[in-house]
Amino acid sequence: MQTGSVDPFIFGITVLVLACFVGYYVVWRVTPALHSPLMSVTNAISSVIIVGALIAAGPSETNFAQIMGFFAVVLASINIFGGFIVTQRMLSMFKKKR
Amino acid sequence: MTDNISATLYLVSSIFFILALRGLSSPDSARQGNLFGILGMTIAVGTTLALPTVLSYEVILAGIVIGGGIGTFIARKIEMTALPQLVAGFHSLVGLAACFVAAAAFFRPEAYGIGTFLNINPGSLIEMSIGLAIGAITFTGSIIAFGKLQGIITGAPLTFPGQHPLNAILGITLVALVAWMTIEQSESIFWSIFLLSLVIGILIIVPIGGADMPVVISMLNSYSGWAACGIGFTLGNSLLIVTGALVGSSGAILSYIMCKGMNRSFFSVILGGFGGDSEISGTTTSGDKAIKSGSAEDAAFIMKNASSVIIVPGYGMAVAQAQHALREMGELLKADGVDVRYAIHPVAGRMPGHMNVLLAEANVPYEQVLELDEINRDFAQADVAFVIGANDVTNPAAKTDPSSPIYGMPILDVENAKTVLFIKRSMASGYAGVDNELFFRDNTMMLFSDAKSMCDEIVQALN
Repeated sequence: MQTGSVDPFIFGITVLVLACFVGYYVVWRVTPALHSPLMSVTNAISSVIIVGALIAAGPSETNFAQIMGFFAVVLASINIFGGFIVTQRMLSMFKKKR
Repeated sequence: MTDNISATLYLVSSIFFILALRGLSSPDSARQGNLFGILGMTIAVGTTLALPTVLSYEVILAGIVIGGGIGTFIARKIEMTALPQLVAGFHSLVGLAACFVAAAAFFRPEAYGIGTFLNINPGSLIEMSIGLAIGAITFTGSIIAFGKLQGIITGAPLTFPGQHPLNAILGITLVALVAWMTIEQSESIFWSIFLLSLVIGILIIVPIGGADMPVVISMLNSYSGWAACGIGFTLGNSLLIVTGALVGSSGAILSYIMCKGMNRSFFSVILGGFGGDSEISGTTTSGDKAIKSGSAEDAAFIMKNASSVIIVPGYGMAVAQAQHALREMGELLKADGVDVRYAIHPVAGRMPGHMNVLLAEANVPYEQVLELDEINRDFAQADVAFVIGANDVTNPAAKTDPSSPIYGMPILDVENAKTVLFIKRSMASGYAGVDNELFFRDNTMMLFSDAKSMCDEIVQALN
């Protein structure tokens, strides 16, 4: 397939729309009892924005962008660790009792 | 590492995130799902660290250690009843992080390959501005939501004349600024967008009442996803777009479910001015009607002799931290051969699934906890409906009185049970400010007390 002429924006929109469909079908299957863990786990994974933060913090010279990147790494890390741990804590309470 | 390899690894990471959400379809697969999420995040971070432009490992490591330490500490210490404000707080951090990344991209676009300073290509610029605006709105909006849930800011809706026109003007200004940015790139426009969005974030959450928080929290959840998505477009990174879309649609679906649970349109919730905290506005308009009130001993006697009891928990249970005492009561009844189940209304509590987590924390087996449509018909066969800290979600006026503000809201049909036991601190009405006619029914017995002390007393009486 010839992709060289496709605008990156159109490519991005394609990915976005398909991902929305996947999200729609996956999220409707989540059992209502687990809606709180759903919120905390989505909160954790939305911190994947750390990817952008790492690129900003990456260069070896120090400048404004790198400082911004550093703070974004800190904030995103709070969310990643906090989000996954609190989700794990919640889910461990939903174990079958006997 | 070449771009193709890193893009492929980002794809793997996206798939793990999808599996993480997929796991939540049942409690048995959910923990595995969370592990998939962690794995996906590890791959995403590892791949990025291996990019040739990422060199300052000390700085990054310091950031991760500081952030990770704080996050771990908070997540371990937090009380389960404080979960809604924790989630709101976390959302604000995602929003702010998105703003920082947008700032980094604006001042050093070379790192992302989208142009040079003040000469960024227009497409990336719009995407960046949108990411920045949504991030800033999520940041301040979540802080206000946090304040309301934590009780730092009053849970009552804050309205003032000219509120909606003001919001509309600010919204239009924001769009105009984003458009202007593409014509004339400047630092001042960048910061104007940031500041204006911060103000808008405050203004849109301030008028929304405490009891509408399940919708607000889901909405902010959604926003944090779209912010990540906007940044993903700026950086041309599919992983961020996919993840942002997953989170965005998840939050949107939860908002929809919550609105449906209250029979209110999303729009009317956002416009606000409805649903302050209960108990404050507590005036009894029909105080001359007869009510029957009982003691813990009466309640214990009735439930002991019942064959089935359905417990209906609400936000009051969370406030009183009554879940453990309640579970103990349920177990004693079960030991006596009573069939005990729990009925959860979709909007019970302050966030989606709030009651389920609290009951799980108190070790109530999840098989006994049922959703509205699963259990609603069973009230007709139940001997006792035990309402603890819920009110409006049981009010028959939602079905019978078209003039009621909650008319049309799906309710739990507790009225159909042979006896309704209703724990309440006083005769105050629920958040919607409407009287519950259940209180005056012949088959209703009011138990006036704090939810936790009442459960404790019933447990004593059962022993």
